[in-house]
Amino acid sequence: MAATTSKSIYREGVVAGLPFILVIIPFATLFGLLATEAGLSVFETLAFSVVVIAGAAQFTALQLMQENAPTIIIIASALAVNLRMAMYSASLTPYIGGAPLWQRALCAYVTVDQSYVVGIAKFEKSPEMTVPQRVAYFLGAVTPVVPLWYGFTFVGAYLGKQVPESWALDFAIPITFLAMIAPMFRTLAHVVAALVAVIVSLIVSQIPYSLGLIVAGAAGMMAGAQVELWTSREAGT
Amino acid sequence: MIDKSALWIVIIALGVGSFAFRFVFTGLIGNRAMPDWLLRHLRYTAVAILPALVAPQVLWPAATGGSPDAPRMAAAAVTLTVGIITKNVLAAIVSGTATLYILLFFLN
Repeated sequence: MAATTSKSIYREGVVAGLPFILVIIPFATLFGLLATEAGLSVFETLAFSVVVIAGAAQFTALQLMQENAPTIIIIASALAVNLRMAMYSASLTPYIGGAPLWQRALCAYVTVDQSYVVGIAKFEKSPEMTVPQRVAYFLGAVTPVVPLWYGFTFVGAYLGKQVPESWALDFAIPITFLAMIAPMFRTLAHVVAALVAVIVSLIVSQIPYSLGLIVAGAAGMMAGAQVELWTSREAGT
Repeated sequence: MIDKSALWIVIIALGVGSFAFRFVFTGLIGNRAMPDWLLRHLRYTAVAILPALVAPQVLWPAATGGSPDAPRMAAAAVTLTVGIITKNVLAAIVSGTATLYILLFFLN
Protein backbone atom coordinates (compact mmCIF):
# COMPACT_ATOMS: atom_id res chain seq x y z
CA MET A 1 0.00 0.00 0.00
CA ALA A 2 2.73 2.42 1.02
CA ALA A 3 4.62 1.46 -2.14
CA THR A 4 1.68 2.36 -4.40
CA THR A 5 1.30 5.71 -2.66
CA SER A 6 5.00 6.48 -3.16
CA LYS A 7 4.69 5.51 -6.80
CA SER A 8 1.75 7.84 -7.43
CA ILE A 9 3.58 10.64 -5.62
CA TYR A 10 6.65 10.00 -7.78
CA ARG A 11 4.41 10.32 -10.84
CA GLU A 12 2.97 13.55 -9.47
CA GLY A 13 6.54 14.86 -9.19
CA VAL A 14 7.27 13.86 -12.80
CA VAL A 15 4.23 15.82 -13.99
CA ALA A 16 5.32 18.88 -11.99
CA GLY A 17 8.76 18.69 -13.63
CA LEU A 18 7.46 18.37 -17.20
CA PRO A 19 7.31 22.12 -18.06
CA PHE A 20 11.09 22.27 -17.63
CA ILE A 21 11.55 20.08 -20.71
CA LEU A 22 10.94 23.27 -22.70
CA VAL A 23 13.97 24.88 -21.05
CA ILE A 24 16.36 22.02 -20.55
CA ILE A 25 16.39 20.93 -24.20
CA PRO A 26 17.54 24.27 -25.66
CA PHE A 27 19.81 25.02 -22.69
CA ALA A 28 21.60 21.66 -22.76
CA THR A 29 21.90 21.77 -26.55
CA LEU A 30 23.43 25.23 -26.31
CA PHE A 31 26.00 24.03 -23.77
CA GLY A 32 26.92 21.11 -26.02
CA LEU A 33 27.33 23.43 -29.02
CA LEU A 34 29.41 26.02 -27.19
CA ALA A 35 31.61 23.43 -25.48
CA THR A 36 32.54 21.67 -28.70
CA GLU A 37 33.02 25.00 -30.37
CA ALA A 38 35.50 25.85 -27.57
CA GLY A 39 37.47 22.72 -28.47
CA LEU A 40 36.09 20.08 -26.09
CA SER A 41 35.47 16.60 -27.48
CA VAL A 42 31.98 15.09 -27.38
CA PHE A 43 33.09 12.83 -24.51
CA GLU A 44 34.56 15.70 -22.47
CA THR A 45 31.45 17.80 -23.03
CA LEU A 46 29.15 15.00 -21.90
CA ALA A 47 31.37 14.22 -18.87
CA PHE A 48 31.16 17.90 -17.88
CA SER A 49 27.34 17.77 -17.83
CA VAL A 50 27.18 14.41 -16.01
CA VAL A 51 29.74 15.27 -13.32
CA VAL A 52 28.65 18.84 -12.63
CA ILE A 53 24.95 19.10 -13.71
CA ALA A 54 24.76 22.84 -13.16
CA GLY A 55 24.03 24.87 -16.27
CA ALA A 56 25.02 28.34 -15.07
CA ALA A 57 28.26 27.12 -13.45
CA GLN A 58 29.18 25.13 -16.57
CA PHE A 59 28.67 28.16 -18.82
CA THR A 60 30.76 30.26 -16.43
CA ALA A 61 33.62 27.75 -16.42
CA LEU A 62 33.51 27.42 -20.21
CA GLN A 63 33.60 31.17 -20.68
CA LEU A 64 36.60 31.59 -18.35
CA MET A 65 38.48 28.65 -19.88
CA GLN A 66 38.17 30.30 -23.28
CA GLU A 67 39.59 33.49 -21.77
CA ASN A 68 42.53 31.42 -20.47
CA ALA A 69 41.85 32.34 -16.85
CA PRO A 70 43.96 30.54 -14.20
CA THR A 71 42.47 27.16 -13.26
CA ILE A 72 41.94 28.16 -9.65
CA ILE A 73 39.96 31.27 -10.70
CA ILE A 74 37.82 29.18 -13.03
CA ILE A 75 36.98 26.73 -10.25
CA ALA A 76 36.34 29.44 -7.64
CA SER A 77 34.08 31.45 -9.97
CA ALA A 78 32.00 28.52 -11.13
CA LEU A 79 31.63 27.31 -7.54
CA ALA A 80 30.53 30.79 -6.46
CA VAL A 81 27.80 30.61 -9.11
CA ASN A 82 26.76 27.33 -7.48
CA LEU A 83 26.90 28.56 -3.90
CA ARG A 84 23.11 28.88 -3.90
CA MET A 85 22.99 25.06 -3.90
CA ALA A 86 24.18 25.16 -0.26
CA MET A 87 21.22 27.42 0.53
CA TYR A 88 18.89 24.99 -1.24
CA SER A 89 20.39 22.13 0.77
CA ALA A 90 19.76 24.01 4.04
CA SER A 91 16.23 24.83 2.93
CA LEU A 92 15.46 21.17 2.05
CA THR A 93 16.91 19.76 5.29
CA PRO A 94 13.77 20.19 7.44
CA TYR A 95 11.79 18.26 4.80
CA ILE A 96 14.08 15.41 3.70
CA GLY A 97 16.75 15.36 6.43
CA GLY A 98 15.13 12.23 7.89
CA ALA A 99 15.69 10.12 4.75
CA PRO A 100 18.39 7.40 4.61
CA LEU A 101 21.88 8.69 3.80
CA TRP A 102 21.98 7.17 0.29
CA GLN A 103 18.69 8.85 -0.59
CA ARG A 104 19.95 12.18 0.72
CA ALA A 105 23.12 11.75 -1.36
CA LEU A 106 21.05 10.93 -4.45
CA CYS A 107 18.79 13.95 -3.86
CA ALA A 108 21.91 16.11 -3.38
CA TYR A 109 23.34 15.02 -6.74
CA VAL A 110 20.10 15.99 -8.53
CA THR A 111 19.52 19.25 -6.64
CA VAL A 112 19.22 21.88 -9.38
CA ASP A 113 17.15 25.07 -9.52
CA GLN A 114 14.27 23.21 -11.17
CA SER A 115 14.01 20.26 -8.79
CA TYR A 116 14.48 22.53 -5.78
CA VAL A 117 11.75 24.95 -6.73
CA VAL A 118 9.26 22.21 -7.65
CA GLY A 119 10.04 20.26 -4.47
CA ILE A 120 9.99 23.15 -2.02
CA ALA A 121 6.73 24.55 -3.45
CA LYS A 122 5.03 21.17 -2.89
CA PHE A 123 6.53 20.55 0.58
CA GLU A 124 5.37 23.96 1.79
CA LYS A 125 1.87 23.43 0.44
CA SER A 126 1.49 19.88 1.80
CA PRO A 127 3.01 19.70 5.29
CA GLU A 128 1.33 16.30 5.87
CA MET A 129 3.68 14.54 3.41
CA THR A 130 5.96 11.86 4.89
CA VAL A 131 9.72 11.88 4.30
CA PRO A 132 9.62 8.94 1.80
CA GLN A 133 6.81 10.70 -0.09
CA ARG A 134 8.87 13.89 -0.27
CA VAL A 135 11.92 12.02 -1.58
CA ALA A 136 9.72 10.24 -4.16
CA TYR A 137 8.24 13.56 -5.28
CA PHE A 138 11.66 15.26 -5.50
CA LEU A 139 13.15 12.43 -7.55
CA GLY A 140 10.03 12.50 -9.74
CA ALA A 141 10.42 16.21 -10.41
CA VAL A 142 13.99 15.71 -11.56
CA THR A 143 13.24 12.72 -13.80
CA PRO A 144 12.23 14.78 -16.85
CA VAL A 145 15.16 17.18 -16.25
CA VAL A 146 18.44 15.36 -15.65
CA PRO A 147 18.33 12.66 -18.39
CA LEU A 148 17.43 15.38 -20.92
CA TRP A 149 20.29 17.52 -19.60
CA TYR A 150 22.70 14.67 -20.44
CA GLY A 151 20.97 13.72 -23.67
CA PHE A 152 20.77 17.15 -25.22
CA THR A 153 24.28 18.10 -24.13
CA PHE A 154 25.25 15.14 -26.31
CA VAL A 155 22.97 16.24 -29.16
CA GLY A 156 24.40 19.78 -29.07
CA ALA A 157 27.98 18.50 -28.93
CA TYR A 158 27.24 16.10 -31.78
CA LEU A 159 25.56 18.70 -33.98
CA GLY A 160 28.39 21.14 -33.29
CA LYS A 161 26.93 24.10 -35.13
CA GLN A 162 25.69 27.42 -33.80
CA VAL A 163 22.05 27.93 -32.81
CA PRO A 164 20.86 31.22 -34.35
CA GLU A 165 20.89 34.11 -31.85
CA SER A 166 17.40 35.13 -32.97
CA TRP A 167 15.96 32.21 -30.97
CA ALA A 168 16.61 34.29 -27.82
CA LEU A 169 17.39 31.13 -25.85
CA ASP A 170 19.08 33.26 -23.19
CA PHE A 171 15.61 34.14 -21.97
CA ALA A 172 14.30 30.60 -21.47
CA ILE A 173 15.73 30.53 -17.95
CA PRO A 174 14.30 33.83 -16.64
CA ILE A 175 10.85 32.99 -18.02
CA THR A 176 10.65 29.55 -16.42
CA PHE A 177 11.96 30.73 -13.05
CA LEU A 178 9.49 33.62 -12.93
CA ALA A 179 6.69 31.23 -13.86
CA MET A 180 7.73 28.86 -11.04
CA ILE A 181 8.07 31.60 -8.45
CA ALA A 182 4.81 33.47 -9.17
CA PRO A 183 2.49 30.97 -7.43
CA MET A 184 4.74 31.01 -4.33
CA PHE A 185 3.87 34.59 -3.30
CA ARG A 186 1.39 33.51 -0.65
CA THR A 187 2.08 36.01 2.13
CA LEU A 188 3.34 39.57 2.48
CA ALA A 189 6.61 38.16 3.80
CA HIS A 190 7.19 36.21 0.55
CA VAL A 191 6.54 39.33 -1.55
CA VAL A 192 8.85 41.50 0.57
CA ALA A 193 11.60 38.83 0.48
CA ALA A 194 11.46 38.79 -3.33
CA LEU A 195 11.34 42.59 -3.68
CA VAL A 196 14.30 43.13 -1.35
CA ALA A 197 16.29 40.38 -3.09
CA VAL A 198 15.59 41.90 -6.53
CA ILE A 199 16.53 45.44 -5.46
CA VAL A 200 19.75 44.32 -3.77
CA SER A 201 20.66 42.08 -6.72
CA LEU A 202 20.43 45.08 -9.07
CA ILE A 203 22.51 47.26 -6.74
CA VAL A 204 25.26 44.66 -6.27
CA SER A 205 25.21 43.23 -9.80
CA GLN A 206 28.74 44.51 -10.39
CA ILE A 207 30.25 42.27 -7.68
CA PRO A 208 32.33 39.69 -9.57
CA TYR A 209 31.77 35.91 -9.77
CA SER A 210 28.04 36.06 -8.96
CA LEU A 211 28.76 36.67 -5.27
CA GLY A 212 26.22 39.51 -5.46
CA LEU A 213 23.55 36.82 -5.85
CA ILE A 214 24.39 35.37 -2.44
CA VAL A 215 24.34 38.84 -0.85
CA ALA A 216 20.97 39.62 -2.48
CA GLY A 217 19.51 36.24 -1.54
CA ALA A 218 20.59 36.61 2.09
CA ALA A 219 19.12 40.14 2.24
CA GLY A 220 15.81 38.89 0.84
CA MET A 221 15.69 35.98 3.30
CA MET A 222 16.35 38.30 6.25
CA ALA A 223 13.63 40.69 5.06
CA GLY A 224 11.14 37.83 4.67
CA ALA A 225 11.94 36.43 8.14
CA GLN A 226 11.57 39.88 9.70
CA VAL A 227 8.19 40.55 8.06
CA GLU A 228 7.01 37.12 9.16
CA LEU A 229 7.93 37.98 12.77
CA TRP A 230 6.05 41.30 12.61
CA THR A 231 2.92 39.87 10.99
CA SER A 232 2.76 36.88 13.35
CA ARG A 233 3.15 39.17 16.38
CA GLU A 234 0.27 41.32 15.17
CA ALA A 235 -1.90 38.29 14.51
CA GLY A 236 -0.94 36.24 17.55
CA THR A 237 -0.35 38.38 20.64
CA MET B 1 42.78 26.16 -27.13
CA ILE B 2 41.73 24.74 -23.80
CA ASP B 3 44.42 22.70 -22.03
CA LYS B 4 43.14 19.14 -21.53
CA SER B 5 44.60 18.42 -18.10
CA ALA B 6 43.34 21.77 -16.79
CA LEU B 7 39.93 20.90 -18.26
CA TRP B 8 39.71 17.65 -16.29
CA ILE B 9 40.87 19.37 -13.11
CA VAL B 10 38.07 21.92 -13.58
CA ILE B 11 35.44 19.24 -14.32
CA ILE B 12 36.38 17.12 -11.29
CA ALA B 13 36.79 20.05 -8.88
CA LEU B 14 33.43 21.50 -9.96
CA GLY B 15 31.77 18.11 -9.63
CA VAL B 16 33.13 17.51 -6.13
CA GLY B 17 32.52 21.12 -4.99
CA SER B 18 28.97 21.28 -6.35
CA PHE B 19 28.07 17.98 -4.72
CA ALA B 20 29.53 19.22 -1.42
CA PHE B 21 27.32 22.34 -1.57
CA ARG B 22 24.24 20.27 -2.38
CA PHE B 23 24.92 17.75 0.38
CA VAL B 24 26.31 19.94 3.16
CA PHE B 25 23.07 20.48 5.10
CA THR B 26 20.88 17.52 4.13
CA GLY B 27 23.86 15.21 4.67
CA LEU B 28 25.44 16.57 7.83
CA ILE B 29 22.43 17.89 9.76
CA GLY B 30 20.01 15.25 8.59
CA ASN B 31 17.23 14.75 11.09
CA ARG B 32 18.56 17.00 13.86
CA ALA B 33 16.40 20.01 14.68
CA MET B 34 17.48 23.41 13.38
CA PRO B 35 16.81 26.59 15.39
CA ASP B 36 13.59 28.51 14.70
CA TRP B 37 15.31 31.69 13.53
CA LEU B 38 17.24 29.70 10.90
CA LEU B 39 14.14 27.88 9.67
CA ARG B 40 12.32 31.21 9.47
CA HIS B 41 15.05 32.51 7.11
CA LEU B 42 15.20 29.33 5.06
CA ARG B 43 11.48 29.55 4.27
CA TYR B 44 12.31 32.49 1.99
CA THR B 45 15.25 30.92 0.13
CA ALA B 46 13.34 30.21 -3.09
CA VAL B 47 11.44 33.50 -3.30
CA ALA B 48 14.65 35.46 -2.66
CA ILE B 49 17.35 33.63 -4.64
CA LEU B 50 15.50 32.93 -7.89
CA PRO B 51 14.16 36.48 -8.45
CA ALA B 52 17.64 37.82 -7.56
CA LEU B 53 19.12 35.43 -10.13
CA VAL B 54 16.85 36.59 -12.96
CA ALA B 55 16.45 40.32 -12.18
CA PRO B 56 19.77 41.44 -13.76
CA GLN B 57 19.11 39.18 -16.79
CA VAL B 58 15.70 40.82 -17.25
CA LEU B 59 16.98 44.41 -17.02
CA TRP B 60 20.41 43.98 -18.63
CA PRO B 61 20.32 40.85 -20.81
CA ALA B 62 23.71 39.54 -21.96
CA ALA B 63 22.22 38.82 -25.40
CA THR B 64 21.79 42.55 -26.08
CA GLY B 65 25.20 43.40 -24.63
CA GLY B 66 23.57 44.53 -21.38
CA SER B 67 21.32 47.23 -22.77
CA PRO B 68 17.66 47.11 -21.63
CA ASP B 69 15.42 45.31 -24.08
CA ALA B 70 11.66 45.97 -24.26
CA PRO B 71 10.60 42.49 -25.50
CA ARG B 72 12.48 40.74 -22.67
CA MET B 73 11.14 43.09 -19.99
CA ALA B 74 7.58 42.74 -21.30
CA ALA B 75 7.95 38.94 -21.44
CA ALA B 76 9.12 38.87 -17.83
CA ALA B 77 6.22 41.08 -16.70
CA VAL B 78 3.65 38.96 -18.57
CA THR B 79 5.09 35.70 -17.19
CA LEU B 80 4.99 36.97 -13.62
CA THR B 81 1.48 38.45 -13.94
CA VAL B 82 -0.03 35.36 -15.57
CA GLY B 83 1.72 33.15 -12.98
CA ILE B 84 0.38 35.16 -10.05
CA ILE B 85 -3.17 35.29 -11.44
CA THR B 86 -3.56 31.74 -12.76
CA LYS B 87 -1.06 29.95 -10.47
CA ASN B 88 -0.42 27.81 -13.55
CA VAL B 89 3.28 27.40 -14.42
CA LEU B 90 2.77 26.22 -17.98
CA ALA B 91 0.30 29.02 -18.79
CA ALA B 92 2.84 31.53 -17.47
CA ILE B 93 5.70 30.04 -19.54
CA VAL B 94 3.64 29.89 -22.74
CA SER B 95 2.29 33.46 -22.45
CA GLY B 96 5.74 34.83 -21.54
CA THR B 97 7.41 33.06 -24.46
CA ALA B 98 4.66 34.18 -26.86
CA THR B 99 5.10 37.79 -25.69
CA LEU B 100 8.87 37.56 -26.21
CA TYR B 101 8.65 36.18 -29.75
CA ILE B 102 5.81 38.45 -30.88
CA LEU B 103 7.61 41.58 -29.65
CA LEU B 104 11.00 40.45 -31.00
CA PHE B 105 9.33 39.87 -34.37
CA PHE B 106 7.64 43.29 -34.50
CA LEU B 107 10.28 45.46 -32.84
CA ASN B 108 13.50 44.08 -34.35
